[in-house]
Amino acid sequence: MKNIAISSAAALSMLANSAFAETEITWWHAMGGALGETVNEIAEGFNASQDEYTITPVFKGTYEETLTAGIAAFRAGEQPNIMQVFDAGAATVIAAQGATVPVQDLLETNGADFEIEDYISGVRYFYADADGKMIGMPFNSSSPIMYYNVQALEEAGVKPPVTWEEFETVTAPALKDAGYVALSQSHLPWIFVENFMSRHDLPFATNNNGYDGADGTEILVNIDPLKAHFTAVTEWQDAGYFEWFGTGWNDNQTPFEEGDVAIWFGSSGSFGGLSQKDLGFDFSATYLPYWEAVTTEPKQTFIGGAALFAMSGQPAEENAATAAFFEYLSSPEVQYMWHRETGYVPITTAAYEMATADGHYDRFPAAETGILQLSLDASENTRGYRMGFYVQIRDVMNREFGRILTGETSVDDAFDIIETDANELLSRFAQTQN
Amino acid sequence: MKRAGFATRWLPILLLLPQLAIIAVFFYWPAAHAVQSSFYLEDPFGFGSSFVGFDNYTHLAGNSEYGRIAKFTLLFTVLVTFFSLALALLLAVKADNVIRGAKAYRTLLMWVYAVAPPVAGFIGLLMFNQSWGPLAELAKSIGWDFKLGVNFGDTATAMVLVSVWKQVPVNFIFFLSGLQSIPKSVREAALIDAKSSFRRFWDVTFPLLAPTGFFLLIINITYALFDTFGVVDVLVKGEPGNNPMTLVYKVYVDGFRGNDIGGSSAQSVILMVLVLALTVFQFRLVERRIHYT
Repeated sequence: MKNIAISSAAALSMLANSAFAETEITWWHAMGGALGETVNEIAEGFNASQDEYTITPVFKGTYEETLTAGIAAFRAGEQPNIMQVFDAGAATVIAAQGATVPVQDLLETNGADFEIEDYISGVRYFYADADGKMIGMPFNSSSPIMYYNVQALEEAGVKPPVTWEEFETVTAPALKDAGYVALSQSHLPWIFVENFMSRHDLPFATNNNGYDGADGTEILVNIDPLKAHFTAVTEWQDAGYFEWFGTGWNDNQTPFEEGDVAIWFGSSGSFGGLSQKDLGFDFSATYLPYWEAVTTEPKQTFIGGAALFAMSGQPAEENAATAAFFEYLSSPEVQYMWHRETGYVPITTAAYEMATADGHYDRFPAAETGILQLSLDASENTRGYRMGFYVQIRDVMNREFGRILTGETSVDDAFDIIETDANELLSRFAQTQN
Repeated sequence: MKRAGFATRWLPILLLLPQLAIIAVFFYWPAAHAVQSSFYLEDPFGFGSSFVGFDNYTHLAGNSEYGRIAKFTLLFTVLVTFFSLALALLLAVKADNVIRGAKAYRTLLMWVYAVAPPVAGFIGLLMFNQSWGPLAELAKSIGWDFKLGVNFGDTATAMVLVSVWKQVPVNFIFFLSGLQSIPKSVREAALIDAKSSFRRFWDVTFPLLAPTGFFLLIINITYALFDTFGVVDVLVKGEPGNNPMTLVYKVYVDGFRGNDIGGSSAQSVILMVLVLALTVFQFRLVERRIHYT
């Protein structure tokens, strides 16, 4: 803050004789509704904090739409200074090395302090390159967590399950007897595949989960633990323990909010929205369960959500503005505000400590679940994954999982097709990189 | 009598030029670009690309999902076209006979024409809402557990219903004006020849409506193939998942959602060829057999 104050004072005196003009930068994001309002609040806070720069946030639709709009704008030479890119689009934007200025370089050339160790371990490397250099600034970082209806679990006389075995044999039957559908979830590829891999310490793709380059990267989903999990899910569906309401996020969240479903897997970023609603029951959250049959040492999960990328091809003074904004954004105060309002995890240890010191987690224990889960033991397999055309790979998974759950295909056939289609997409992506 | 015409050859060309320029910029240039892109695999940001020949096409041929989508598109087109035309024809024939309150009746039937496809899709989304949609409730009351976005067949049914509902008014307007242009003398003559109104319809009215019907057939096929995009997009809620989709929607999903420029270009080239074939079919084969009055 002091640095910013001094440098803006210097800039002011230099500009004293000429007309004063602020450097304007734009920020394309995909945060709608209440999240969008918090984004605007952050931008206003930044604009008010100094006189040199003005940032304008622009809502561009869904994550996919924002990425596509940013790509089209880049090709037309009209790119914004900052673009928000979600986890599944990370490979596309990081592979296009000339499209962005790595955030680490941007901050260092503009004299900002950058220390990767300041960031909490779960978010450090997801948007980094193979050498561990941070390319995108983690922004709305989240992880899938298990939300539960406290009253429903009390009624059934069970605790939130730690393992899937416990869910299957104790939790789900008791909840069913108490008149609840035990489980629903909002994002099968994210929660039941990607984070299944990190939680169970399994490799997700060859080439070091894809970080070592697109050439020859192959997906590793056609494996017994994952197939066993989906077989179990279909059995739970038949037994009335699990219900699937389609690929849409909200269709699966609504039955939990209405009190029909007792346990719902959503994003740690769903916390803000849930706590603003008048649910008629208390909710809390805890870690994703794991299969004891697969591992007895469960690990941390991947971060989902999105990161901010500084687009290349901008004048130096605009890049300086972007760097100043990133510095503002990662300050503990702003991170804590963002975390408190939305439920997304704070990205730095300092912000996490500030939230703890403020008693945020004493008031809302569930708000801490995401960051705690992201801070569990790490391994080679939990850093993240980097796969091209991953948006389409997720679409393939969603399609096949939907078919499994509507009885159109078997688990074995579905995973064979996912493997074939995904590997074809990966090899096609590798060809675009020549 | 002197034939009207231009004094010089250049004037008409000059007058046509703005229109030609628009066609060239907005149709031919992008079309040429799509053909070119379909032979490459290109980095979305435009940094790298490799020439892959017909790979993008053979990839589609070998992809089981593309075949499924093509089959669904065919079935969807047949169903939407058939039901839009049949319902509109029925309504037009009935409306043509109405004397009292005819205007109000017709206006109400044309009403829906003003609804844009995405809005129609949105109305469908409300009607078929999983937890409180009135049409979903109706289906449940007859023992059909209707689940939009979960069950492939249910979602497809909703897509067909909404698309038909949206298209019937257009067809109705054309059929009604077609019916009203049939000379009264012909109808009266038919009345003497055949007592059955059913036979009169099939022997006299229907053949005389053929030019209108054929024109509408082409319009409806094009509608079902391309203009239902908005309906499909809204009903799948932006998540393709295991939902049915049409070939045009697949182009969008791969190109604009997945950023696979080469693959989606190849698909649009295939659609271009399809439209070309449809047009040739329209002008060469069928137009000859139908006599316009």
